[in-house]
This record gives sequence, structure tokens and C-alpha cells, in this order.
Amino acid sequence: MSILVDQNTKVIVQGITGRDGSFHTEQMLGYGTRIVGGVTPGKGGQTVCGVPVFNTVAEAKKKTGADTAVIYVPAPFAKDAIFEDIQAGMSLIICITEGIPILDIVEVMRALEGRPCLPAGRPCLPAGRQTRFIGPNCPGVISPGKAKVGIMPGSIHQPGPVGVISRSGTLTYEVVYNLTRSNMGQSTCVGLGGDPITGMRFTDALEMFMRDEETQGIVMVGEIGGGDEQTAAEFIKKEGTKPVVGFIAGRTAPAGKRMGHAGAIISSGETTAEAKRQVLQEAGVTVVDFPDDIPAALKKKLR
Amino acid sequence: MKIHEYQAAELFQKAGIPVVEGCVAATLEEAVQIALGIGYPVVLKSQVLVGGRGKAGGIKKAEDRGSLEKAFRELKALRIKGYPVEKVLIVRAVNIQKEFYVGMTVDYVKNDVVLMASSAGGVDIEETARENPEAIKKYYLRGSHRPGGKEWHSFIQDVFPAPSYQKKAAAVFQNLINVFFAYDCSLAEINPLVVDEAGEMCAADAKINFDDNALFRHEDIRKMQDARYEDSDELKAREHGLSFVKLDGNVGCIVNGAGLAMATMDVIKLLGGRPANFLDVGGSSNPEKVLHALRIILNNKEVKVVLMNIFGGITRCDDIAKGILEAGKRMDISVPLVVRLIGTNEPQAKEILAQNKINTYSTMREAVEKAVALAKR
Repeated sequence: MSILVDQNTKVIVQGITGRDGSFHTEQMLGYGTRIVGGVTPGKGGQTVCGVPVFNTVAEAKKKTGADTAVIYVPAPFAKDAIFEDIQAGMSLIICITEGIPILDIVEVMRALEGRPCLPAGRPCLPAGRQTRFIGPNCPGVISPGKAKVGIMPGSIHQPGPVGVISRSGTLTYEVVYNLTRSNMGQSTCVGLGGDPITGMRFTDALEMFMRDEETQGIVMVGEIGGGDEQTAAEFIKKEGTKPVVGFIAGRTAPAGKRMGHAGAIISSGETTAEAKRQVLQEAGVTVVDFPDDIPAALKKKLR
Repeated sequence: MKIHEYQAAELFQKAGIPVVEGCVAATLEEAVQIALGIGYPVVLKSQVLVGGRGKAGGIKKAEDRGSLEKAFRELKALRIKGYPVEKVLIVRAVNIQKEFYVGMTVDYVKNDVVLMASSAGGVDIEETARENPEAIKKYYLRGSHRPGGKEWHSFIQDVFPAPSYQKKAAAVFQNLINVFFAYDCSLAEINPLVVDEAGEMCAADAKINFDDNALFRHEDIRKMQDARYEDSDELKAREHGLSFVKLDGNVGCIVNGAGLAMATMDVIKLLGGRPANFLDVGGSSNPEKVLHALRIILNNKEVKVVLMNIFGGITRCDDIAKGILEAGKRMDISVPLVVRLIGTNEPQAKEILAQNKINTYSTMREAVEKAVALAKR
């Protein structure tokens, strides 16, 4: 087992004819991912790395039976790409694109909740259907040895019992590299993304890993800002069944550029690295100082 | 991106929000003309993009032409948190009967846009938020741009108990919502929204921040940016696709990815060093980026060593290595370089650097230890 993606996941690539889309399609195919189609409006009928290109997600889904979409389209068009997936009923959407306006993502989140969204005309998720949305601004998801859906270097991963959840890109690679070097393979590595609003959050991924039979231990890599690590700490305290090791980046980062009064009023509680480390420790998470301390700390907990 | 109060007030006014009568002045002649048009007394407000303007003496009242001239000269001579006052907003001095706080932003936890209001308006609204959070009422838009219904009415009634204010306040909110969505704001704030002696409601301050990610669809807003408030190095970095923040240490850092860059700074500190900057070269780094990054870092004379920590994913290590060599040819690198490269095309990169007698490290800890030791020399 693993979570989210495996050898049976059928993936379509949105923005497959672009520079990033075509490069990573080749990389993902090389890793063994089942890329069954691509979508670029107006370029239907072409092929990229032998993969058929369609004009719309709906058409691609109908012809290929894909259930997962990975998005590489530029930020100005990303919202439309995501809405196409929601409308077509994709069950997993992984958005790699960075720099998407926050109000676009707010609109997407509304639609995913299946509530009426305004202005009218935008489709929202039909009742009773669930779509998981990962990202935006994320490296994607990899279940080592099975499938890679994203931009991470496949070679540093190794199949095994550790679930990895992270808000960063290259810092995740650093953590995975250290795990693999210590012969601690990974069940799945989930990149949640670095934006203030992301679809999947720590708690969602923790819940999935806690249920996954293959996963024995979990590594969470957080950073300053937001309150997700705190929510995760509450979840671990209440429902955690597996050992968790954490690292929080940004202990030396200068206090962020503040967003006027409203930002200070709305931000719930402390968002510093120290505050996050503390609540995680209180929830029983071993929080390490150095990224290369993670394997040893997890080994100790798994013993 | 931030804009000045007078610019935000213009956007509010265009959207139908009543704003205290006034105009911005760059010269004394303009100031005199504006005050003449409004009628005394007037208030002079320094236009700077940093907080604490009032406490720094950046706001003055003038009863007549003599005191206006004196106040204007004083403000123009002022530096607020290091920034000179270029323009002064001159507004009618309102006889305030009642003041409110009104703000709008995105709540990242609830994934929603929120309106906030309080009858305890004024500069100490953050203190109110900490000590008496119930005094600030919130209303979540839940996907709608046109609030209404029971919950909406009780939100308005809670903040504005006087029925005569409620209709006016509701109109202000609706217009604020329109501005917020029309321009992709990350913050829109009126603090305070005042009621004057005639019972009229108007904005006595205006603040708007914009979502940088959405500026591509607001060319008109981008033009309003006051470039003086951009750190020249940070601006230069952004032009070259780099993300840079200057700090006060002496270990310069070049890293790919924000998370790894922060973690690198943390490890430097934990191993006894002091990072001189945050610098994220981003993905798909071409050799040119390394050159620009080194230029910006070496601009800081405190820097004693430059640490490069690159984890190749999209970024190819050999591109970085070529960038280092190119930089060596085109500029004088006066401090030692400590290079850690790993990931995509690592062997090629190490070979290129070894041929040019540049040592590389495989782990982050080794590289940081070396850099910290060199910085202490």
C-alpha cells in the first residue's frame, strides 16, 4: 500500500505541450507512472512522448479513463484548468503551478466544498463526490517504485515504510535523501505546497498515513507562517497511532513583512517556528534541529 | 504590493465609498491651494508606506495658512523609519462623533474572505484584538460578493447599533467588497471609518495591499507602485528571478528553494554562524542566475564566505557549476566559496568544479561547518 498514487493511478497532464509539462511528462513516464493523456486547449490530436493530447479534460477522461490530473499550466490559466478537473469529476488534482492569485484558490476551495459559488456559471463539485486537491505551488506526490506525479527527482527515493509530508520542495528532497541514505525507504511523499492556502493540509495527509498499512512512521516538514502545524499537533494528540518526527524551517527567518492590522487580527495565535516546535513536541512528536537528524530520530521511535 | 493612503482613498472614492475631502500635495504652493479649497482647519498626513506614522509626528493639524506652511515644511523635513516624506495628503479636519474599524482580508485557515468591523476603531485596534477579541465582529463571505440574510444583518447591527448608521455602513461594506475583488486585494482597511458632526459617514484613512501573484491582471495597479520603498538589492534580485532578503550576519547563502534556504540559515545559526541573507535562486537555474546572485551577495561588505547549497531537482547541478566558473571570470570573488551540490547532474558538476580546483561537499552539515569556520577566521 501507499497513499494517493500507485502503479494503477491513471494520470493526465494539463499543460503537456509546454516546456515544463513536456519535460516532466518524459520524467514521469521514465519513472513508470501511467501517463495516459495530456490536455492543452487547441492542441488535441498531437502526441507528446507518445502520449495523446486532448483539447479538454472531459474528453481526455472519457477516452482514457484517467482519475488523476497533474497541472503544469501557467498561473493565469491555472484556475480554469482546476475547474475543468472539478467539472469532469477527477478524483485527484495535483497542481504544481506557482504564483496563482489567492482569490482564485479561494474560489476553487469553495467549489471543492460543493457549495454554491458566485459569480454564477462556475461549476462546483456535485454532492456526494469527493475530489482531493493537492497544491498549488507544490512538488507533487511520489510513491517510490510505483508512481511519481510531480517534479521531484525520482532517483533519491526508495520504497519503504516512512510517510513524508512537507510544505517545501527542495527541503523535502533533502529530508528524503537523508532517509534513503539511512536505508529508510518511503511509502509515499506528499508535497503540500508553500502557498498560504493549499487544498490538502498536514492533517489530511496524516489521517491517510495513519490508516495506510505500509506506513510505519511519519516525517512532517513544516515551516514558519500559518497554523497548519498546530492543527496537525491537535490531530496527532487525539488520533495519532504512529510515531511522528518533525522539522520546522525558519527559526532564524526575520519576522515577516506584516499585512497591516487585519493580518494581525485574523492570524490565530503564534506562527513562529519556535511556537510550532513546542506544540508538536507537546503532542508527542520528536522535533529535530537538523534535517539529517531525522532518520536516527525516527529509527529510535520505531524500535 | 502596497500603495499610499491617497492612492487607496482614490480607489475607494471611485468605488463609491465616501472619503474625507482632501488632496495630495508635493509642494507648499499646492498645499496652500488645496487648503484654500477645503477651508481651515485641515489635517496634514505624511504619505509613507511604513507603520507608526502618527507616533513619529507625521500627522499635523493646521488652523490657518501660517500654521499650514510651518507644518508642511516640518513634515517635508521628516524621515519616518528612514523614509523621507515626499507627498503630504491634506484633508478637512473632521469633527469626529464616532469612529469604527473596518477591514477585509483573506482568512488562510478558513479558506475564505472575511469582513471585520468594530465600534472600537482607531490605532489601537490590534490591542483590542488581543485583549478583547469579542469587540471585533467578523463576517465570512462564503463565496458570495453580495452579503445578505440574517447573519449579515446581525453583523451590521452588532457593530452599528444606531439604525441611522446601518444603511450607510452596509453600503460602505458592499463597495469595499467590490474594490477587494476588482483589484485582487490582500487587504483593504478603513481605520477609522468616522461619523462627522453632520452625521455623515466617511473614510478617514485608507489602506490597500495587493496580491503580488495577481498583479499580472492589474497593470494599472502595478503602475502605482512607489519604487523608493523597494530595497534596491531586493528589487535587483527580483528582476533576475531571485528571492532575496538581507540579514545582519556574515555567511552569504545561495540556495535553491525557500524551505531549504530557511533550513540552511537555521543550520548556520545552530552551528555557531550568522547568515548574511536569504537567497532562493528558484527552479531551472541558468548559469546567469548564479552570477547575479553572487553579485548581490558580495555587494554586502560584511560577507566573509559564500555558501552554496543546491539540491538539484529541476535545477541542474552542472548549470550551477558553470555559473560559478562564469562568475569567477567576470567578477572578482574576494571571499571563499563553499559549495554543496547534490542531485540532478551532480557528477558532471563535481567534475567541472574539481578541474577548476573548487572543492565540493556532499552533505549540508559538512558544508555549513566549513562555511562557519571560514567566516570566523
